[in-house]
Amino acid sequence: MDMSAYPLELPEGDRPMVRFMNVTKSYGTLTVLDDLDLDVAEGEMVTVIGPSGSGKTTVLRMLMTLETINGGVIYVDGKPLTHMERDGRLVPANERYLREMRASIGMCFQHFNLFPHMTALQNCMEGPVQVLRLPKAEARDRAEELLSMVGMIEKKDQHPSRLSGGQQQRVAIARALAMRPKVMLFDEVTSALDPEVIGEVTTVIRKLVAEHNLTMLMVTHQMGFARDISDRVCFFYSGKIEEQGPPDQLFGNPQRERTRQFLSAVKDAG
Amino acid sequence: MRFDWNWEFTAEILPRLLAATLNTLIAAGVGYAIAVVLGLVLALAQRTPWTPLTKVVRELVEFIRSTPLVLQIFFVFYVGPQFGIRLSPWTAGMIAIGLHYSAYLSEVYRAGIEAVPRGQWESCRALNLSTRDTYLRIIIPQALPPSVAGMGNYLIGIFKDTPMLSVIGVAELMHTANAIGSEHYRFLEPYTLVGVIFLAISLPAAGFVRVFEGWVRRKLGL
Amino acid sequence: MPIWEFLATYGWRFLGGAVVTAEQFILAALVAITVALLAGLGKLSGNWLIRGTAVVYIEIFRGTSLLVQLYWIFFVLPLFGINLDKFTAGFLSVGLNIGAYGAELVRGAIRSVPKGQWEAAYALSMSPTKRMRRIILPQALAIMLPSWGNLLIELLKGTALVSLISVADLMFEAKQINASTFLSAEAFGTALVVYYILARFLVTPFMRGLERAMARRLGRT
Repeated sequence: MDMSAYPLELPEGDRPMVRFMNVTKSYGTLTVLDDLDLDVAEGEMVTVIGPSGSGKTTVLRMLMTLETINGGVIYVDGKPLTHMERDGRLVPANERYLREMRASIGMCFQHFNLFPHMTALQNCMEGPVQVLRLPKAEARDRAEELLSMVGMIEKKDQHPSRLSGGQQQRVAIARALAMRPKVMLFDEVTSALDPEVIGEVTTVIRKLVAEHNLTMLMVTHQMGFARDISDRVCFFYSGKIEEQGPPDQLFGNPQRERTRQFLSAVKDAG
Repeated sequence: MRFDWNWEFTAEILPRLLAATLNTLIAAGVGYAIAVVLGLVLALAQRTPWTPLTKVVRELVEFIRSTPLVLQIFFVFYVGPQFGIRLSPWTAGMIAIGLHYSAYLSEVYRAGIEAVPRGQWESCRALNLSTRDTYLRIIIPQALPPSVAGMGNYLIGIFKDTPMLSVIGVAELMHTANAIGSEHYRFLEPYTLVGVIFLAISLPAAGFVRVFEGWVRRKLGL
Repeated sequence: MPIWEFLATYGWRFLGGAVVTAEQFILAALVAITVALLAGLGKLSGNWLIRGTAVVYIEIFRGTSLLVQLYWIFFVLPLFGINLDKFTAGFLSVGLNIGAYGAELVRGAIRSVPKGQWEAAYALSMSPTKRMRRIILPQALAIMLPSWGNLLIELLKGTALVSLISVADLMFEAKQINASTFLSAEAFGTALVVYYILARFLVTPFMRGLERAMARRLGRT
């Protein structure tokens, strides 16, 4: 693969927070992402929608370096995410470089993935203490502040098994934020929740959008929520961005036939 | 000979058997300590990305698990001298029994680690934890509770296998019972007492393992 | 002595020993399976006498060592007027010991057959025996078969102890050859390899085949 087409670093003035450049991902013969280009500006909230298997979750998982990349380069804050410079060209990054880059990204999962043997507070302190090497007291202050923000401070000493799905997800959001990421990823964070508790999680995300200048990428099935809070919505179809634009345009006046079909199918379903 | 339980004889030999029980417990304890540590090494070796190593270790574990312990004890004890390494019965016995059970314990650890959901690994990645912290702080604490039952059962298993050490002359319970039997030409009391002593230790131990497992689970909030 | 010369000289004795080991294995397995079924079902019985007998058997044989059981059956049972030759005492001890572990497998497997199956059989007003034989046991068998694979390996290894009461099995031959030649690595090493081959290339594939056949019969392929 010729890597010389990719800059070692994005130039000043053309530095979105996230840039996918010709990114390809495949499993064997199955292509999940096909030559993807996508920019996310600093502070922008981008929602990714699309049918299952369209590669939308893969976009987030690649940014979190949970999936390897088969072609192209991802830049975060101007620097390549999974490549590093050697002798003036980009080569696959080593673990040390990856860890450095990973520090700027946080992620929340569909199934929360809280650590079951730790309390809510310990979950939120684990990363800051072990990775960022923050003093315990400072990590605790930070964790408590975030737990208050997500409305979980009263439950800070509970283990995840004693919390409802919505509560666990709110703790998971606090845990990810405690690492002070530049980019937050939300991967179907409401899909595993009972309908009556979805609101408590979306409220937290709304608050984040309103009060913080975080760059966010979100995969969701909740079209109403996506329309409310996104700056931009991308509709994925078989590994490509079929259509993207401001939410009112994409939901109100979709240009492509596939987008229309998808949106009406989703509407019929619920 | 006919069946006639001799209580006087029983009283006479009981102290000797109880003293030997201590040796049996020490043998089980030392063998287990070796197995617990070596088993972890064998389990983690199978998780390295270097396939030749994982394959060799996998096959070694299979080999140890599918051949008799008593034969392994003989092997370790007798093969050394052939090459000029003389091992005492105790040393050879502890190596053999420790190695044997390390293969079993590695399987317990492996199952425990594999039972930790993939999402936990992904969370560690997302929080940028190092591989060391991922194992020590997140994965192993969760792999432990489901392993406790298996680990406990193998502790009892190792205890019950210590009589095999008698074949190379380790002075544990069985060896002592054999000695008493051939000194007095009476086997009823020594062998029966050995059985009773084993029951008296392993039955409560099995109950304790069950209680302990529940305690560990609660302790870790699982 | 090079290894091929060693094998040329003593190979037939290892072979003879392996045949005895195989005989011990098969007979012990038959004993184990029979008593495992009896004790496993017995432990689930409503009759306290049957249940009690099963529990006592299981706890005694699981709570003590195979070697202790073997010596007791061979050296102490004659005092009660039960005289067994060493060959019989050998496979009987191994079978009874492994059978106690097998009983727990049987019991666990029967209890893990879904409750709905019991109720469906009940709704067809099957007799308890018929329900057990036609509905519950076949499903329980599929559940416990993989664990029996491991248990039979334990049984194979257990037969090595019969050499200690002078049954001329593989282990016994290895010991004899070692005593007369002092070629310990060759003698015990060969025996280890033969046991490994028996376990890995005979017992395990046979059990895997059985599992597949069972799955086919239950239409789970």
